[in-house]
Amino acid sequence: MSTWKKIKSWPLLLPVVALILVMAVNIIHDAATGVNPLSFFSISLRETTTNGTILYGRLIDVINRGSEIAILAIGMTLVVSASAGTDISVGSVMSLCASAMCVTLAGYGVSSTTTLAKPLVIGLLAAILMGIVCGAFNGTLVAHLSIQPMVATLILYSAARAIGLLLCNDLIVYVRNPSFAFIGSFLGPIPTPIVITAICIAIVSVVLKKTALGMYIQSVGINARASRIAGLNSKLLIFLAYTLCGVFASIAGIVASSRITSADSNNIGLYLEMDAILSVALGGNSLGGGKFNLAGSIIGAYTIQAITTTLYALGVSSIQAPVYKAVIVIIIVVIEAPPFKAFLKRHSAAFASKGV
Amino acid sequence: MKKKVLAAIMAAAMVALTACAAAAPAAPAAEAPAATEEAAPAEEAPAEEAAPAEEAAPADDAAAEDAGGLIKVGFAQVGHESDWRTASTKSCQDVFSTENGYDLSFVDCDNDEAAQKEAVRSFIEQGVDYIIIDPIIATGWDTVLTECEDAGIPVIVIDRTIDDSDKYVSWVGSDFLTEGKAAAEWLKAYADAQGIKEVNALIIQGTIGSSAQIGRTDGFQEIADREGWTVLDKQTGDFTEAGGQEVMESYCKSYAGKFNVVVCENDNEAFGAMTAMDNAGVTYGPGNDVILISYDACTAGLEDVKAGKITADFECNPLAAPTVEGVIKTLESGGTPEKEILVPDNWYALKDQIVDFSVDGNAQSMIEVTDDVIAAQY
Repeated sequence: MSTWKKIKSWPLLLPVVALILVMAVNIIHDAATGVNPLSFFSISLRETTTNGTILYGRLIDVINRGSEIAILAIGMTLVVSASAGTDISVGSVMSLCASAMCVTLAGYGVSSTTTLAKPLVIGLLAAILMGIVCGAFNGTLVAHLSIQPMVATLILYSAARAIGLLLCNDLIVYVRNPSFAFIGSFLGPIPTPIVITAICIAIVSVVLKKTALGMYIQSVGINARASRIAGLNSKLLIFLAYTLCGVFASIAGIVASSRITSADSNNIGLYLEMDAILSVALGGNSLGGGKFNLAGSIIGAYTIQAITTTLYALGVSSIQAPVYKAVIVIIIVVIEAPPFKAFLKRHSAAFASKGV
Repeated sequence: MKKKVLAAIMAAAMVALTACAAAAPAAPAAEAPAATEEAAPAEEAPAEEAAPAEEAAPADDAAAEDAGGLIKVGFAQVGHESDWRTASTKSCQDVFSTENGYDLSFVDCDNDEAAQKEAVRSFIEQGVDYIIIDPIIATGWDTVLTECEDAGIPVIVIDRTIDDSDKYVSWVGSDFLTEGKAAAEWLKAYADAQGIKEVNALIIQGTIGSSAQIGRTDGFQEIADREGWTVLDKQTGDFTEAGGQEVMESYCKSYAGKFNVVVCENDNEAFGAMTAMDNAGVTYGPGNDVILISYDACTAGLEDVKAGKITADFECNPLAAPTVEGVIKTLESGGTPEKEILVPDNWYALKDQIVDFSVDGNAQSMIEVTDDVIAAQY
């Protein structure tokens, strides 16, 4: 009985249930069509033409393709918690960072190259530096000039992609180099993006656990003024949250760009800011700031990718896919909404008393 | 009187503003998002002050022509999602250069259809002489084209088509339906020559609703239905490499061992599909498990044909600009150009994959890909 109560009060219960529900659709579909019901979850080793033996399966696809959203979700969680607002520029910043990196690696005006003009590390640093600059810009506007987060980040939302185009001289810049492609392909049998995401999550979790940073950010989010009076530098903390968000956007940009070994500034990170915000919400976090649950956001991110991969697996026509996606999201969000939870609680309490 | 003066000032200010925005050709995309936000005021003003605005425009126009004597051309490009697009943009910028007597306002619309319509409206306000549009989607153009007509500016549509309005002078481009049929007819002839009895095709479509996607899908499907081929699945890759990669990754799992033909509706999708097939251990290209068909035939695409990865590549000629210049010259001399002008396309493959086939009864010839052909491609 006490374990049941423990499960019920577990904050990650609903995000996990949502993820399982999405995956369960595949079991039902596969069983109905006469395929092995667990084929969605089966992971095998597969010999590839170019990358040796790799892990192969839909589940790997979900974790691999969900990397960018998961990385963005880390930064977005911190921003939402500290400032009770969202950073809608992350998708565009991803694209800008990818452009900065590819232009550094290929040289300005070069549209296609197989050799690197600069060492890979310089390109990666260029991307991350660009992410820091963009994040700091957003952070300054929000923390020091007290501009509403959505308005402040709207500037880079529209401008960053365009600056990326300027950097790329209006071209798709191809860097067809194996050492660069490595970031988006495989580290041994494991897709490199999964490893990068795991490292990002590990670092942030350790920092949040071992330092008081997480608590500081939450307290600023709950009441910035009270936190300041209590001795916290609220402005600095909000600034820090946005800068970190920029850094994570740049890492996501590096991954997305390396997957296609090019800087496609029109399409990299397109609409991903929405997915990042949604994953924070699906993770059971309040968009009103304050307390946050990082694990929830990350589960939310993989839930979104699981929906996309499931729709591919079911062969849903591309035209109708957004409708199904919307329906699933509505169901998940309603299940997690506080009034609905309260309703369920009352209902189950009534049911229990009747039963007794 | 006062009102008229005020309106004239407003109109002049607006022309100046849009001119400023377009004065920096290096920042086309910076303008595109901005244009969306400016949408509301820009739409209101011409409706209220239509008459004075038109009065002011010719004056401004004349002043500009006195200054340079250049023909002002506005070009609302789709974006720069692929190499094909880049080639199309470059062709226009080369042909409509200052040296050739043109003043080109180029707007990269970033695949945003609302931004594209705003770009066209800004061209009207600038008082350009000709407007070139590569429509992102085929519908919803009548209002904007009527505005162009009212302003007396001829519109030339290139590449993609406009379905719900005929208020343009000419359409210059490739016939996507023929491209789709050509790919399928080649496949039929090639499969017969190779003794392949069963065709199980997977299609990675372009951006849904674009005329390239519609034409290529329908053209291929028409022949597939006639021949009784199985089209296992159709999903969109949005004409991008990332899209092609993700869709193919999923196809490889859903239809493992069941497909022998993959059709990508542009080269960039094919690049992505190749990465995905590599990672699934599927071999493709001449003599391998899967016949890979692609469209566009850009330089990088032809290099992959040469490398024996893409089995056949069906061109969609992006060099429409010289033909468009011909249309403008005809109009300048008072003539009437044809409503539909086709830019000739070529079909490419390696020597062993070249087979005889015909589309709608017309015999087709293919070009063998060699280093010289690749070097000559845009």
